[in-house]
Amino acid sequence: MTTDSAGPETSASRGVDKAAIVIAGLLAAVALVLVYDANQIPATTMYGMGPQVMPVVIAIGLGILALANLIDAVRGHLPARESADPVAVLLILAGLALLIAIIGFGGGFILATTALFVTTSAAFGRRAFVTDLIIGAVLTTVIYLAFDRLLTLSLPAGPLERLL
Amino acid sequence: MDTFAALAHGMAIAVQPMNLLYALIGVFLGTAVGVLPGIGPALTVALLLPVTYKLDPGGSLIMFAGIYYGGMYGGSTTAILINTPGESASMATALEGNKMAKAGRGGPALATAAIGSFVAGTIATIGLAFLSPYLVDIAVRFGPEDYFALMCVAFITVSATFGDSPVRGLTSLFIGLTLGLIGIDKLTGQARLAFGVPELLDGVEVTTLAVGLFAVGEALYVASRRHHSEEKIEAIKGSLWMTREDWKRSWKPWLRGTAFGFPIGALPAGGAEIPTFLSYSTERRLTKYPEQFGKGAIEGVAGPEAANNASAAGTLVPLLTLGLPTSATAAMMLAGFQQYGLNPGPLLFAERPDLVWGLIASLFIANTMLLVLNLPLVGLWVKLLAIPTPWLYAGILVFATMGTIAAKPSVVELSMLAGFGVLGFLMRRFDFPIAPVVVGLILGPIAESQLRRALAISLGDPMTLLQSPISATLLAVALIALVAPFALKGLGRFKANED
Repeated sequence: MTTDSAGPETSASRGVDKAAIVIAGLLAAVALVLVYDANQIPATTMYGMGPQVMPVVIAIGLGILALANLIDAVRGHLPARESADPVAVLLILAGLALLIAIIGFGGGFILATTALFVTTSAAFGRRAFVTDLIIGAVLTTVIYLAFDRLLTLSLPAGPLERLL
Repeated sequence: MDTFAALAHGMAIAVQPMNLLYALIGVFLGTAVGVLPGIGPALTVALLLPVTYKLDPGGSLIMFAGIYYGGMYGGSTTAILINTPGESASMATALEGNKMAKAGRGGPALATAAIGSFVAGTIATIGLAFLSPYLVDIAVRFGPEDYFALMCVAFITVSATFGDSPVRGLTSLFIGLTLGLIGIDKLTGQARLAFGVPELLDGVEVTTLAVGLFAVGEALYVASRRHHSEEKIEAIKGSLWMTREDWKRSWKPWLRGTAFGFPIGALPAGGAEIPTFLSYSTERRLTKYPEQFGKGAIEGVAGPEAANNASAAGTLVPLLTLGLPTSATAAMMLAGFQQYGLNPGPLLFAERPDLVWGLIASLFIANTMLLVLNLPLVGLWVKLLAIPTPWLYAGILVFATMGTIAAKPSVVELSMLAGFGVLGFLMRRFDFPIAPVVVGLILGPIAESQLRRALAISLGDPMTLLQSPISATLLAVALIALVAPFALKGLGRFKANED
């Protein structure tokens, strides 16, 4: 939800946990969005509860939980976290963004998933870019043929798929 | 007796050649995916759900039965050979099983897990077949207020009672409930939390959420802490087969594990963690070889593995008879039913007995196939474990996104998948359990519509919830389950992150 929590923070078991306070804040924000959205729903006349009641109930629950999480954060009751590697996380997220963009612009399944394959592989420490590109392309082409042609799932076609 | 006739009818459906083939494919795929490290049964089912899209409901559910048991079996293989349990229910297995593998007794460990799973699965499936009709008889008497109360029990037990921290479990549940609100309200047609985005009007797809949280979230999490540890695969040395001594030490734990697993799984309490840990501690107390515990005692694999499988069959009791999923895996099974517009519950038993009993019969067949197939094929599964981690996770992500791309190739849906991946990563990092989110998403809307139906019948009088004795009792149980973990801090020693 926020980018700072992927950062390499290690000391969290003692004292105030800043990331946990952010979590509590986000829960409270979601609760406010729920209440705001529920107010936009036109009131309907029917017996029992309308569609706007449950969001408010859940919002109240989220509000209480935000408070409980805040108390846990201030007391430092959270389990300790190990350091995290932000580069790896960002690489995979970049791969997902590439995938979404390629699908969105009609680049097709093979190109999109090959991009994700290469970035994920790099996130796990591989530096053999060309090898991974070839492996990814072969794997996704096989998946495309197996699922699109054999199992007749419809996967989006781009320039590469039309060649097959 | 009716059950015999129904079961025989189901058997007749399940042994049709096409259905046997579906079961075989299911078992094979389930084991192959389940054996990959970091992939538990819930994710196995979520990943393979798109594969079954094009089949008819009968064949698809039969394949599902195979995937379900296959995924469980694959998970225990991973736990024994590389000590990375895909779910907390395999933690006890990993404890002793991995030690056995290190001591060169990986073969017997795998064998006792496989045979124990078979014994437990068979007994528990018989239990399922005979218990279900009785529960269906009770369930038809449930009014909407009783269903609502029952779901409250499931919400609380799944999220608060048995987790590490009730606050964090409930937070996960409420995230799921919030996601469940998104989309068109079924009773009035009003859009909620859609913010004018047309793709959101259909609501959040369960598979998108599950694959995002489990697969993408797990990949992000493992990548982020790659520098902390390296996994090591234990080679299987020596004989695959169990000695006479192994058999003698295994059969009682199998039966005791089943006795723990099935009843606890069948209660709408959720989770296989409790029976597996109960079984582990019982075997530890009863064993003649206490000095071996912690160093690779076969009882410590046989008992918990049996308990795990028996409780998996047990969770099918509330799922099939009441439509109540009490674990992430059961929630995914429910999603499998829903993709054909089928709602498990007493009505399904009455309207589509062929489907329900065909599924139950297929559980027996899948279980037998696993036993026959997997011991000889264990070498193949071990090869799957040897795929280098970068390619493994890259492949998992390709496969995971393929499901979403095939179902809904839209930018919004894929962005949601990525968003849920980030959510799953953060929840792992900050130690929030994942399963309650999935259960909240899937049960939240059902609970809401039952409550609103109850209130519409009572003309808006909320006392209807307390006037029905069933509902009043269940709400009291839910309240106790909610308060208990705060009152008894010691209960929180079971870790509940089924992923």
